[in-house]
Amino acid sequence: MRMSYREALRLALREALQNDARVFLMGEDVGRYGGSYAVSKGLLEEFGPERIRDTPLSELGFVGAGVGAALGGLRPIVEVMTVNFSLLALDQIVNSAALLRHMSGGQCSVPLVLRMATGAGRQLGAQHSHSLENWYAHIPGIRVLAPATVADARGMLAPALADPDPVVIFEHAQLYNLEDELPDDWRCDIARAAVRRAGAQASVFAYGGCLPKALQAAEELAAQGVEVEVVDLRVLRPLDIDTVAASVRRTHRAVVVDEGWRSGSLAAELIARIVETCFYELDAPPARVCSEEVPIPYAKHLEEAALPQVPKIVAAVKELLNV
Amino acid sequence: MSTVARFHIDHVRFLDPQGEALGPLPDFARDPAQLVPMYRAMYLTRTFDAKAIALQRTGKLGTFASALGQEAIGVGVASAMRAEDALFPSYREHAAQLVRGVRIEESLRYWGGDERGSDFAQARHDFPNCVPIGTQVCHAAGAAYAFKLRGEARAAVCFLGDGGSSKGDFYEGLNFAAVWKAPLLIVVSNNQWAISVPRSAQSATATLAQKAIAAGVEGVQVDGNDLVAVHHVAREALAKARAGGRPTLIEAVTYRLGDHTTADDASRYRDPAVVQEQWSFEPLTRLRNHLVGLGAWGPDKEEALARECTETVNAAVEAYLNTPPPTTAAMFEHLFATLPAALVAQRDEALRFTPRKAGGQPGGDHG
Ligand SMILES: Cc1ncc(C[n+]2csc(CCOP(=O)(O)OP(=O)(O)O)c2C)c(N)n1
Ligand SMILES: [Mg+2]
Repeated sequence: MRMSYREALRLALREALQNDARVFLMGEDVGRYGGSYAVSKGLLEEFGPERIRDTPLSELGFVGAGVGAALGGLRPIVEVMTVNFSLLALDQIVNSAALLRHMSGGQCSVPLVLRMATGAGRQLGAQHSHSLENWYAHIPGIRVLAPATVADARGMLAPALADPDPVVIFEHAQLYNLEDELPDDWRCDIARAAVRRAGAQASVFAYGGCLPKALQAAEELAAQGVEVEVVDLRVLRPLDIDTVAASVRRTHRAVVVDEGWRSGSLAAELIARIVETCFYELDAPPARVCSEEVPIPYAKHLEEAALPQVPKIVAAVKELLNV
Repeated sequence: MSTVARFHIDHVRFLDPQGEALGPLPDFARDPAQLVPMYRAMYLTRTFDAKAIALQRTGKLGTFASALGQEAIGVGVASAMRAEDALFPSYREHAAQLVRGVRIEESLRYWGGDERGSDFAQARHDFPNCVPIGTQVCHAAGAAYAFKLRGEARAAVCFLGDGGSSKGDFYEGLNFAAVWKAPLLIVVSNNQWAISVPRSAQSATATLAQKAIAAGVEGVQVDGNDLVAVHHVAREALAKARAGGRPTLIEAVTYRLGDHTTADDASRYRDPAVVQEQWSFEPLTRLRNHLVGLGAWGPDKEEALARECTETVNAAVEAYLNTPPPTTAAMFEHLFATLPAALVAQRDEALRFTPRKAGGQPGGDHG
């Protein structure tokens, strides 16, 4: 069946709400409005206001309440409008959700799922365009997922809810309208990265909103006679380094595409892991394509210039291959 | 058992919805020389607002947040400010900004996605629009404290919405200003909606003004569609702030007559009939009727004002549309006072991939 990334997310939410009475959704404007990216549209009518809860405007408050509801035995799905506003709730995520199991000697469990939109490319200005996935991927105690395909949008929620520990799911704002065929087997192993395209000459690693760009670059490179493998990281913590290393062993060259800012990025972490695990497999220093280290501009031409784009990826691969 | 604290909240209103005085009026409210400029500012705001929406609809402006129906709050408060005071606006307070001397073309640049729009030529003490909700309350408290430490008779004025008053930083800023006796005025423009979330789902308190009480701050509720009431209350609060560094919270009750932003369609979540009813309380008619009652206004003046406002706005639109777009290198500007060498290299690298012709229309699509 063909559907959008948004519809796939909604299907997963509906299924979770139907299957488990402990599951409820809360966040700003998730009810009548249907969520700021329309993911929960129609769910209020179907499941009622107790399970599809509009919250007061207070990220710290409702994320904290989500932690508490999870501690209290429910399976809350908390929607934060965007990663930008999750910063107001960082303490609840980093100091509470991620730590309570450890700091209670294993007594507490926080089976919380936090969903949020991330990323730029929609002309929303610097304060609405952050890509801070790596901030969360830095934190022990939480799992971080980045669905980049319709199948993963459909498949990631169930295992995330089954996880006894907090899971953060990043939905890239540019992917909501992405349409694709939902494969019969959309179930997702949230421990593994996924190879999205085979190719022998270099490995391109990407996640979230950069995956379609990496695939597009691979297409253009193929037209020029260059075959690259494209790996979708999709689990940003813990990183599936086995899949990454296996790819590097096949191609001997690595380019990482990451919408985060270059310094201290996930790309930096991935390259460190590649160097640690398969340094002697490399035929060239790994390369990365990241966002320019500026506040993401609002003006269209500037925003485009600030973000990883297909031509930049193509150029990085060709530079690596010296072609 | 004994009672250890008691409080009450005043509601201030001088003009009824038809513009009839409900009782004795403050002096300024009988003085056309003071009222007409405020009426003009409200009219200009509304003219600008309509034009901005039209520009957005034709792809010439990004997402825009209308102040329709809320003009009396920004104008009434800002008109009570002195030039040296400082404004900390939310994104919906261009009424206040225009009074402060922010130019319409600057505002358009801001809404068009050009950071140069927040480098105000005149309102040099004022802060840019705050988009992360409620975070500006703490900034305003800190700025107010700076005024106090330097012994300046200045005040900080902070605007936010009813939704924003649910946030922790709202309480924290309020509390800070009270404990440190900072000259701060916080105005909650209670327009009954935070996007699709109604006031009733936001807070169980009878008023938002009473949130001040918990912090030891004076709270007052005012009819936000009555310019006279808003201006009166703001004058008193600002005089108090400048004199002794005491903060005030004003809850200005109003109604968001438009969509949340141009990216919203409010008919999806609220009854248009209710919105229609709210039009009978809107602030411009009320003040105009009062001016007519004072013998200070009539159809010819109204017509002349309409013409003048349209011309002013059109000239600003012209200036906005003729502003050359920022260059790619501009995204590295103002990041630091001096750009570090590593970023200079990054900038030069970025320019390699820049299409020669800068262009593209604004058009973000989110509130
Ligand atoms: C911290 C934060 N959370 C969420 C948002 C998204 N958002 C933008 S406007 C808005 C509603 C604000 O309502 P209110 O404070 O009443 O102000 P109004 O828009 O009515 O003027 C929300 C939730 C935001 N900008 N900042
Ligand atoms: Mg509001």
